Amino acid sequence: MNNFTLVRKNLTRNKLRLFLNCFAIFIAFLLFGALGAIKNAFDAGVELSADDRLVTVNKINFTQPLPLAYVNKIRTLEGVKDVTWANWFGGYYQEPKNQLMTFAVDPESYFEVYDDVVVDEQELENWKKDRQGILIGERIANARGWKVGDRIPVSSNIFSKHDGSSTWDFNISGIVRPENPQTDTSYTLIHYKYFMETQIWGGDWIGWIPLTTQNPELNEEVSRAVDKMFANSPAETETSTEAQFSKAFVEQMGDIGFIIMSVVMAAFFTILLIVGNSMWQSIKERTSEIAVLKTLGFTAEKVFAMVLAESFLLAALGGILGLGGAWLSIKAITPMTQSILPALVLGHQVFISGLMFIAILGFVTGIVPAWQAMKLNTIEALSRR
Amino acid sequence: MSNELLFDLKNIEKRFVRGRESISIFDGLNITIKKGTFVSIMGPSGSGKTTLLNMLGGVDRPTSGEILFEGQAIQNLGEGELAKWRARHVGFIFQFYNLMPMLNAEKNVELPLLLKNLSKAQRNKSVETALKLVGLSDRARHLPKELSGGQQQRVAIARAIVSDPDLLLCDEPTGDLDRTTATEILETLQLLNKEFGKTIVMVTHDPVAASFANVSLHLDKGQFIEQQSSEAVA
Repeated sequence: MNNFTLVRKNLTRNKLRLFLNCFAIFIAFLLFGALGAIKNAFDAGVELSADDRLVTVNKINFTQPLPLAYVNKIRTLEGVKDVTWANWFGGYYQEPKNQLMTFAVDPESYFEVYDDVVVDEQELENWKKDRQGILIGERIANARGWKVGDRIPVSSNIFSKHDGSSTWDFNISGIVRPENPQTDTSYTLIHYKYFMETQIWGGDWIGWIPLTTQNPELNEEVSRAVDKMFANSPAETETSTEAQFSKAFVEQMGDIGFIIMSVVMAAFFTILLIVGNSMWQSIKERTSEIAVLKTLGFTAEKVFAMVLAESFLLAALGGILGLGGAWLSIKAITPMTQSILPALVLGHQVFISGLMFIAILGFVTGIVPAWQAMKLNTIEALSRR
Repeated sequence: MSNELLFDLKNIEKRFVRGRESISIFDGLNITIKKGTFVSIMGPSGSGKTTLLNMLGGVDRPTSGEILFEGQAIQNLGEGELAKWRARHVGFIFQFYNLMPMLNAEKNVELPLLLKNLSKAQRNKSVETALKLVGLSDRARHLPKELSGGQQQRVAIARAIVSDPDLLLCDEPTGDLDRTTATEILETLQLLNKEFGKTIVMVTHDPVAASFANVSLHLDKGQFIEQQSSEAVA
């Protein structure tokens, strides 16, 4: 036996109380982990945005098109480094429920702007040469088990081909891999030119214009210059940093972060009261035992440390199980949420925050009972019987 | 019994304040206890028996006066130092055993050894010896609720002696036991006194229990009014 055994035995002496406390903490941390992962998935686009990357969209709404000619005009502006363009394809695989985020892009300029993902040199060359080629994000390739050389049908729920069909067949030319593991790669890239030539509406319009600046400090200046250039035109623009663009996109659904944190904090506050009260009650029931320990020679500080350790152990037990449960839940639902929340993972950040909250919970719920145990009057406690 | 003094209490005063009233328990109490004595202290409720026992054990402090243990004044030691002193020198035996309900007999006995720097093997050996001495080797893995009152008190005795203290302080150790079991417990205490030289101070209401001691003191209103032996007490 050692001190830890004593702490553990004290914690497990009332199995029902331990189970109920653990369950309450488990639920709180399950919520914390799962909602934290969801919040991070929403924020991923914002956090991983490049500092020097801007996005120009139609001022009316980002679903409205822009003329392709804008791209070359933007290239002439001072402070602009690289410019590319993209179009929404609205893809799915076999059935509409299997969403496949597909962009029609310019193969020559796309990776100049998006340099935070990499494609094997040979695969990239093959893609550029094959008009029916498609690049698959690593996450999709892993999820669907697709590999280079496969031919896949991709349907659009917006566009149709001249033959009336809305399904395009593509050859997988390569895999898009992230430099940062959290970078979203749950998308596919097809040739803009091939797409525009084969869909019935044709034309030379585009969805949005991603561009990079020579220096992040020039972002504001370049944004203003771009929007000024197209002011009073039939398609006025709105240019913002990629982070702002992503944030605005997410906030269309409301302040996700605030909602999630409110739920988590409410759960934590409730758990704090329940567990704190339970710990206090548990120590109150043991006053004569604590007095005996002190009589045997356990110092007040040692008693304090043991009660606090018991509280930490309880929080750790329920909390780590809760975080583990959240990890399993997230892992289980990830395949179903690929198209909505591609970056849904219980990352290190959430896990470390969870551990910090476990420590806080252990401290806050244990400090008062530990203090009471430390200050317990041995004579009074022994004479209470 | 040795002629060396274990305790020398000089001019002990102990007062409690209850509301606006100051209650005096001891007013100039003097007592010496020699090493290896088995002292019983009897007296009516409220006479100060347990208070005296607590002061001897370093759990309580006198309002004034001096408590010398082997010549060292202990009444002014800090809380932490007193706790360490108790762990090194004193074993407590209570009326209601006060065992930890979630620990089995051997783990209860092992408790005081957690305060010493001993290896697991050394601790196990000490626990085994202590349980053997009280005749409970075969109940080592039993929880307190699985033991009779007498067995629980024997576990408590094993816990008190496991760290080999000089002094055993017993507060009504047989108060909750039937006569036969009480006699067994008292015989065990007598054995510890005679064979192992432990100094024992026992508070009791029971004259039969007191007769097992080699010195019986009667405490009333904070003063010793009777003593049956002058060998141990001056």
